[in-house]
Amino acid sequence: MSASVLFDSPGPRTVARHRAYSVVAAVLIVVAVAWAVKGFYDHGQFAYDKWEAFTTPSYVQALLVDGLLQTLLMAVLAIAGALVMGTVLGLGKLSDHRWVRWPAAAIVEFFRATPVLLLMIFIWYALGIKEDSSGFLAVVFALTLYNGSVLAEVLRAGINAVPKGQSEAAYAIGMRKSQVMSIVLVPQAVKIMFPAMIAQCIVALKDTALGAAVLAPGLMRVGKAIYTELHNQVPTMAVVALLYIVVNLLLLWLATWAQKKYVGEKKLQVAMVGTMDTGRGV
Amino acid sequence: MDAVTSNFDLFLKGFGYTLFLFLISGLLSLVLGTLLVACRVGPVAVLRWAGGWYVTLVRSTPLVVVFAFFQFAAPMLGIRFGWVDVHIGAFDFTSFFAIAVVALTLYTSCFVCEALRSGVNAVPLGQAEAARAIGLTFGGTMSQVILPQAFRASVPPLASVLIALIKNTSVAFIFGVGEAVAQMRIMTNNHSSERTTIFLAYAAGYILIVFVFSFLANRLERHWRVA
Amino acid sequence: MRLRKTKAVIAACGLTLAMAACGNAGSGDKGKEVAGKDVKCSDFTGRAAEICKAGKITIGVKFDQPGLGFKSATSDTPTGFDVEVAKILASDLGIDSKDIKWEETISDNREPFLQQGKVDLVLASYSITPDRRKVVGQAGPYMVTGQQLLVPADSKVKDISDLKGKEVCSVTGSTSIDKINEKGAKGVGFESYSECVQKVLDGTVSAMSTDGTILAGFAAQNEGQLKVVGDPFSEERIGVGYSKKATGMCDFINKSLTAAFDDGTWAKAFEKTLGPSGVDTPTPPTLDPCQS
Repeated sequence: MSASVLFDSPGPRTVARHRAYSVVAAVLIVVAVAWAVKGFYDHGQFAYDKWEAFTTPSYVQALLVDGLLQTLLMAVLAIAGALVMGTVLGLGKLSDHRWVRWPAAAIVEFFRATPVLLLMIFIWYALGIKEDSSGFLAVVFALTLYNGSVLAEVLRAGINAVPKGQSEAAYAIGMRKSQVMSIVLVPQAVKIMFPAMIAQCIVALKDTALGAAVLAPGLMRVGKAIYTELHNQVPTMAVVALLYIVVNLLLLWLATWAQKKYVGEKKLQVAMVGTMDTGRGV
Repeated sequence: MDAVTSNFDLFLKGFGYTLFLFLISGLLSLVLGTLLVACRVGPVAVLRWAGGWYVTLVRSTPLVVVFAFFQFAAPMLGIRFGWVDVHIGAFDFTSFFAIAVVALTLYTSCFVCEALRSGVNAVPLGQAEAARAIGLTFGGTMSQVILPQAFRASVPPLASVLIALIKNTSVAFIFGVGEAVAQMRIMTNNHSSERTTIFLAYAAGYILIVFVFSFLANRLERHWRVA
Repeated sequence: MRLRKTKAVIAACGLTLAMAACGNAGSGDKGKEVAGKDVKCSDFTGRAAEICKAGKITIGVKFDQPGLGFKSATSDTPTGFDVEVAKILASDLGIDSKDIKWEETISDNREPFLQQGKVDLVLASYSITPDRRKVVGQAGPYMVTGQQLLVPADSKVKDISDLKGKEVCSVTGSTSIDKINEKGAKGVGFESYSECVQKVLDGTVSAMSTDGTILAGFAAQNEGQLKVVGDPFSEERIGVGYSKKATGMCDFINKSLTAAFDDGTWAKAFEKTLGPSGVDTPTPPTLDPCQS
């Protein structure tokens, strides 16, 4: 339902009222922003030396290479791992055999209900053995486990969303279950799942910031090093947030585009954590 | 198991903070999320636009960054939480807790807004048309017809958002709140040989909370299901 | 087509602008290289001899504490007093400072790192305590300070007793935070002290507390805004951490530190790193004898 059916096309008086609301709202927003800008200005947050780091090549390089690149690398590795894990567990949850279905469901539920930060810290301690970049690996593994479990659920929902007639028809022409899955259901499900998968990429990317707690590299860590050295918390935070936002907006735009192109208005019904939903789609 | 059982009071205290964080920021983000969704589907273009950008921006920012903003940048704007100083039993609710609540609320309310919006979209067109036909204003249409049904339709996505909130409370540990993960870290430092057991115990704590909440949400959804 | 051209022009302008506006932030202080001394590895025993022969060492230091152990986002090696002492130790094992692998440690991963052999030594404002000595070896101290309070310049707080029930900031997992709780105040923690300084400056917490040397440095950096108060209410003895399995380590560390105390390299390291922030160089502490 579009917003416009919620209210009549306004008459002259309502138009005037809405215009008044708009003006008031716009003024309030402008005042709030101005107040924030003035607050930062009064505290000298716009002084050049606070921002100088972001025009200094060595710091920009640190932000982009040690920061953004590492963040993206962690996110990409985690998503790749999560895709593999999600496929295995998702198909496991759809298995005809209870002894496959239940363990798969249990793993999915465990990792979906445990905070990523807790997983990260645990993996970090467990990995700590003579290994470089254990923080990096802890972030990648923790995010793989969590996002893999979510994607397993997404895959299951996606396969369930393929109209039942498709699998019935496939069985009717004598396909085996593995054929029904690989030839008929999964290709169609992937299309439906695509936006949800990209949304999960955004989640993974944002969660890499938690890596700061386990000394993993990434934007957050570089940001912290910069403001500890130069005492420019506000500018640094603004720049770091901006970089995250830009990347995420690109992903969001991709997700919206994919939704329009492949799925249309249809919504994927992903089961909530803790429902132990092992219903089969086939 | 010794480390956990002999420090069970700390274990409970940690999850106590987790639950307080969850309940307070959960309620606040439901309220704020509802206001946001009213802005986003409402007739005032400026508010629709502002609400849309606010949700998009905050949703794209990692929670840690939101926390860090309120911890280190907001004081520059005179937004301080030093006045928060409440003590109930063994629990202290001070600026650190307040900042955690604010950060979690602002972050979660955006997702609440999106969940509700999907709920609003799920209400059949005829409902809004009928409401308008009997002469209800936008406020009346929303509060008496659309939102009650939208809330029902959005129970599953809302529950998912709130479950994410339960897990996200763990981020507060990086910013000085003694919730469950903070207690876990103290415990694993003091009893490094029992690290795995301690970890499993805390994971079990979270899983229990999530499952109980999820069970309640399911009951609610069945009870309220829109035919 | 015209649109694309306009975009290209804008992009080119932006690039030129960015090039022209190159800033020059940061001190560019990379710390000094210290060459390894000419030593015979057979003079050492156990693990110390092994490290000497290998010619490389991994040392855990803090990366986020200016003056003690800090690594700038733009630099490959950390700087600070802990780092300088670490270089002295490495040099006495015949290792150039460029062959030292620096590993970041935070307060609560120091023991696991030592136990797992991820680092050979820890010099990360690591207080010697009986509890820690049960799980890891600790030689030294190479610095003795007392825990004091850092408060806003206009604060009426004179002593830790004025802060009963109030929040005092320190670092998670440090001995300081335990002491704060012992004294009746409420310890709240971050991962590094500079975050605490920020909270004291903006008035969210009334005080922060840790080693006096660290506080003096912060007070000097924020002159007129912060001050150090109170008698030291604890004695923090900062030592060198090593694994219990590393034999011969303690003897070597004590010998090396004694030499550094005597020939003035220790004092020089102190002046170079903590001196600029206004801390007077103290007399070298007395070392604990090695427990066998």
